[in-house]
Amino acid sequence: MSPALLLLLPLLSVVVIFFGTKWSGTLSALVSVASVAGSLGVTLALFSTDSSMVAMNWIALGDVLQVDIGLRWDRLARGMMFVVTLVGTLVHVFSLAYMREDEAKARYFGCLSLFMFSMTGIVLADNLVMMFIFWELVGVSSYLLIGHWFTKASAADAAKKAFITNRIGDFGFLIGILMLFGLTGTVSFTGLENWLAGGHAGASAGLLTAAALCLFCGAVGKSAQAPLHVWLPDAMEGPTPVSALIHAATMVAAGVFMLVRVGFLIEASETAGLVIAWVGGFTALLAALMATQQDDIKKILAYSTLSQLGYMVMVVGLGSGEAAMFHLYTHAFFKALLFLGAGAIIYACHHEQNIWKMGGLKTRMPITFAAFGIGTLALIAFPFTSGFFSKEAILDIALHENKLLFLIAAGVAFLTAFYMSRLLVVTFLGAPRSEHAGHAKEVSVIMFVPLLILAFLSVVAGYKPVAELLQAQLPDVHWNWFVFFVSLATMLAGAGLGFLRYLDKRSEPKVIPVLANKFYFDEAYGWAVRNLQDGLAWVVRGLDALFIDGLAVGGITRLTEGVGCLFRRVITGNLQAYSYLFGVGVFVLIYFTVFLR
Amino acid sequence: MGILDILIILPVLAAALIGFGAPARVTALATAGVNFLASLYLFFWCRGQVADSAGYFFRTSTPIAENPGINWALGVDGMALVLVLLTTVVTLAATLFTKGDAKHARLLFSSILLIAAGALGAFLSTDIFFFYAFHELALVPTFLGIGIAGHGDRKAAAWKITVYLGVGSMVLLIGLLGLVLHASGAGGVTFDMVELMAHGATLGGATQNWIFAGLFIGFGILVSLFPFHSWAAPAYASAPTPIAMMHAGVLKKFGLYGLLRLAVPLLPQASQGWAINLLLLLLLGNILWVGLITIAERSLDTMLANSSVMHMGYIFLGVACFNVVGSSGAVLLMFAHGISIALLFGLCGKLRDDVGTVRFDMLGGLGSVAPGFAFVFGLGAFASIGLPGFANFAGEVMVFLGSFKDFGGEIGRLQVTAMLAVWGIVISAVYALRAYRNIFQGEVSAASDSRVITKGWRFPSYLLIAALLIIGCFPNLFLNLLPSTDSAVPGSAATASQTSDHHGHDHDHDGH
Repeated sequence: MSPALLLLLPLLSVVVIFFGTKWSGTLSALVSVASVAGSLGVTLALFSTDSSMVAMNWIALGDVLQVDIGLRWDRLARGMMFVVTLVGTLVHVFSLAYMREDEAKARYFGCLSLFMFSMTGIVLADNLVMMFIFWELVGVSSYLLIGHWFTKASAADAAKKAFITNRIGDFGFLIGILMLFGLTGTVSFTGLENWLAGGHAGASAGLLTAAALCLFCGAVGKSAQAPLHVWLPDAMEGPTPVSALIHAATMVAAGVFMLVRVGFLIEASETAGLVIAWVGGFTALLAALMATQQDDIKKILAYSTLSQLGYMVMVVGLGSGEAAMFHLYTHAFFKALLFLGAGAIIYACHHEQNIWKMGGLKTRMPITFAAFGIGTLALIAFPFTSGFFSKEAILDIALHENKLLFLIAAGVAFLTAFYMSRLLVVTFLGAPRSEHAGHAKEVSVIMFVPLLILAFLSVVAGYKPVAELLQAQLPDVHWNWFVFFVSLATMLAGAGLGFLRYLDKRSEPKVIPVLANKFYFDEAYGWAVRNLQDGLAWVVRGLDALFIDGLAVGGITRLTEGVGCLFRRVITGNLQAYSYLFGVGVFVLIYFTVFLR
Repeated sequence: MGILDILIILPVLAAALIGFGAPARVTALATAGVNFLASLYLFFWCRGQVADSAGYFFRTSTPIAENPGINWALGVDGMALVLVLLTTVVTLAATLFTKGDAKHARLLFSSILLIAAGALGAFLSTDIFFFYAFHELALVPTFLGIGIAGHGDRKAAAWKITVYLGVGSMVLLIGLLGLVLHASGAGGVTFDMVELMAHGATLGGATQNWIFAGLFIGFGILVSLFPFHSWAAPAYASAPTPIAMMHAGVLKKFGLYGLLRLAVPLLPQASQGWAINLLLLLLLGNILWVGLITIAERSLDTMLANSSVMHMGYIFLGVACFNVVGSSGAVLLMFAHGISIALLFGLCGKLRDDVGTVRFDMLGGLGSVAPGFAFVFGLGAFASIGLPGFANFAGEVMVFLGSFKDFGGEIGRLQVTAMLAVWGIVISAVYALRAYRNIFQGEVSAASDSRVITKGWRFPSYLLIAALLIIGCFPNLFLNLLPSTDSAVPGSAATASQTSDHHGHDHDHDGH
């Protein structure tokens, strides 16, 4: 069995759905579920193998340029592939129930398969151009899924915003690829690694840093780091299972995965590492602050995702790709769990997303409550859940590498516990605050089984034997009592404060405008797009019409129009058009008779 | 008479038949179909064969004049073959997109065929005289089509494009004559490209610069090089759909083909002189300046026209690389752009005919009224903004890689230009997704509501999309036909790497 199957299965599903079964939503859903379950099976079957292969020469131009669709199946790829296919399978199954009544079910499942195909390509890529290819393809699948309900203006706008914001990051990513290709003549990871190991001939330290940071721009877009984070909260316009799979567990983590793949480049430049670490730390803090004042259950989780991605990016910058991947792996389970849990709640409350219109769901949806509670514990790093182990590793590394970032990371841990306990208390405890919440019922078995599987993993995934078994990356850190106490204290303080403050409240006790308005990023960007980009575009268009078209060219046109009038007198009537033919014919004749004889 | 002669003459005969009263659509379809199959045959035949010493297949030559030496000389190499395929595919699609009972149907169908014949003649000629003459002849039906069968302000648009391209042709003629007179060997003035190729590289650096400037401005006006771009928007907005498809998709590639065919191999030292600086600056005008104009457009037809102008910038960048990666990327991009713009103009015309407007403020929500049409338009839009899987991406990425190839760790003018050009991927995402959002998403507008897109767009659209996908996924189908070593592009051959590289760096230092 070959890893190429992992690419073929979802591709086949896309083709079958779009060319064959698109008339039947149910059939398409089954095709899609079968393909993702098949991918999970293949991943498990290939767990003990290690291989690399060239599936296809995409571009072969002699020995000048070689770009392969090449697959690299190593531990990093196996661990990531397991996360992607497992969460993918559960989300597909959950969607069967969640999207049961959707009119465009075939399109939905077709797009999910397209996403699985693209994501698999990123994980297996053995060179930068191939990664970029699939990077763009996940962007388009994300665009399609965010905009699934495209007649809704907000969904259509969110999809557009996500794609364009990602392209801004890709601008840097592509330039980074170009620089590295120009320096080395290759785009393959192995080739680049060898070149670096051999003393990176031809590249100054500055250029190396520039290249690494350019690649990082791609991760800033895809993993929604500040200042390009604005698309992810809006992306919650998509169906909730999509949010769980793409905008929490897998695609947004692709940026982190890419940084770990090119970790050898980041290690080569101290400056690049520092910049990356600070961008990550800053994003973690910024997003956690914004999460404390949101009212939409999915938005709170989205900001939490941003914040956790910030942790991962920070620790990549601090030099530990293993810790980043370990947190990516535990986060995928508990965040997918939280999103699917939120999906179950939203489904049960008839598409209500405002937490202040929920309440009292603990007794009405006990299974969802238990699962959601476990996810929350893992996210706030309650001791001996999976999130606890991965966050300990991050804090430990931050403590050794950069004290200031350690403080920020600890502050983020406090904020995380605070906003998650707020979410839990307001949603599940107290009395129902709306009719829908009062009538909510536990969801069907097809929806809560995925929750329970993810809840189980959220508890056990952090233990070393389990992580070893599941091919996760394990950071090389040792137990540190200081880190343990800091983590425990911030968690208890945050959660305690959250409980006390929000228990039995009917609305937000104190609105902090700057946080509730997300530091006005959207307003500022909206202003810039309207006034700078569109304003500039408008001015340029005016200048173009006035000067380039009006004077320079218009002058010549008017001159010739005079000549045209002469023709018009010769050939009267509405046969004017024939004068064009005549005019050009004359030109041609004159050219060839006068100049050439 | 060989297969190449037939490819050119068949559409001319068919156009004449239509003029004499043959059923227009059937005749045109049959001709376009035969030509398409013939070009496919040519493509597969050439893949199994070894080219002659000059890199051509099927080379024939019939003398027309002794001094200056003019020959009816035809031949096809990899690059010409790609463009021949482009021509026949787009011709077939343009014919299919046009209804038999359309107003001025006879004129439209014969124009399509004549433009195809002119383009094929230009791409297949290995003699500069016929290369030039064929293009001029193909312009005539373009002008007529816009002036007679166009819509909106058709007369003004027709005048503008006529004057522009007329002036461009004159500048080009001067450049070409300069090339011919300077580069002909001792045996007298010749128009034969292969012979010129043998002597061209021996010209002095200053001469090469001047000739290069003449060529790229002349060819450039024909390809809407900034600041000679303002004919494109009104012309394509007024042109009948098949004429817009044929000109933007096929005929416009003549200028780029000419640059790659003549300027890059014959004038290697121009890659180091002042002329290239000017070209780099102007192509940024295409990508950034016209890109911004495209964002400001509020109507699909002018937006597509300007986006097409913008994408020319990437192809010029491929030319300016003066290496095999950039040139090959430019060839792929010529094909990809031709197909995708033809598709989008075809669909835009359908929208104008069936919905009655292409203005963004009057459209909306068409995706829920006509999902299949929205899907196909989306594919075209994503192809044109360089989504991987479509040929456009393969071309763009090769052009960009070409501009950084062997840059030696020093960011020079070409690399700076390329980096600024990459910003174009953001600009194009902005205008394309905005257009899609305005036309197909959101609530159903009054204009889109009661109307449904009529039949006739599916088959030609699928044909064009298939071409984009096949080449996008397997670009080697074309790359195998193109030269794969730098020495085969004399522009950056041994000459460039030995002499000009040193000169180039000296130049750079002088500049600072």
